Amino acid sequence: MEEWAEKKNKEKIVVEKINLKIGEFTCVEPISLINTFNAAVLGSWLDSSEITIETIPFEGKCSKCNRSYFPKKENGYKSPCCNFNLEEIISGRELKIASIDFKEK
Amino acid sequence: MHLPISDKIELNILHQNSHQAEKNKVKFNNYNLLCLNIMSSPGAGKTRLLEMTLEDLSKEFQSAVLEGDMTTNLDAARLEKLNIPVVPITTGRACHLDANMVSGGLKLLEKKINPDILDILLVENVGNLVCPAEFEIGEHFKVALLSITEGEDKPLKYPIMFREADLILITKVDLLPHLNFDINELKSNIASTNPKADIIEISSITKSGFDLWQKWISKKILKFKK
Repeated sequence: MEEWAEKKNKEKIVVEKINLKIGEFTCVEPISLINTFNAAVLGSWLDSSEITIETIPFEGKCSKCNRSYFPKKENGYKSPCCNFNLEEIISGRELKIASIDFKEK
Repeated sequence: MHLPISDKIELNILHQNSHQAEKNKVKFNNYNLLCLNIMSSPGAGKTRLLEMTLEDLSKEFQSAVLEGDMTTNLDAARLEKLNIPVVPITTGRACHLDANMVSGGLKLLEKKINPDILDILLVENVGNLVCPAEFEIGEHFKVALLSITEGEDKPLKYPIMFREADLILITKVDLLPHLNFDINELKSNIASTNPKADIIEISSITKSGFDLWQKWISKKILKFKK
């Protein structure tokens, strides 16, 4: 964020939103991330900004029939079509800052 | 005030860690040094595994250890008795090693020894099945331990750790006759999230499986050095 802000000339902008993409198959709990962010930016140049989180679904591909599916823990992450183990993950591992919304002062 | 502008970034939140991990890996490669990241829950047997592994491994290869620990140097003290270079990394309140900490550990190791003479660097991560899985440190392979006293369901409860691992060591298998534990169910649960992982059953009491584990390491070192 600091690097990005320096490029934009930090003194002349106000960050409104930091838009994140967080996959379901990561070790990140969105509410904890929001709470931590809010605590971390108190009194800083990001104090008035907020985080938005777009959850990216956990999606795999059956290695037998190539169909995509949403792996479930209850089903041992196996494909419902062929009961195959999870090999390929299509999405769900994302941990990204997708975009930043800001205004010029 | 002007209208809001949306700046598309698409930047990995952990990119600074990933960037440092890449730098660590370049260093390891320049030293021709294979790096393993050893991870598990607390008490699964990482330090005992290293003690026993290094006794035999040291006959054939030059090894060093970076020893991650939250508050003490107890594990590092155990390994120093083996007369190999050990650098403790005390993480304080952090529940995992990150690439910066490992970079710092490597700098301390460089003061102790010229890493050019080393074949393998074993990094013992902090005992935790969650965060270490997300933080690359520049390792070539990830090794996850799971002791049978933890239960068959752990690969389903902590899927990312077991998904990320290249090798899974099932530890404390000498306890199998005393526990109501289904090792086939455990293997099936591992396969469901990571069908490609190598699996070795080991016991530090009977030493069963250590030959396979040593062979796995030797093969990786020799292949890496080619």
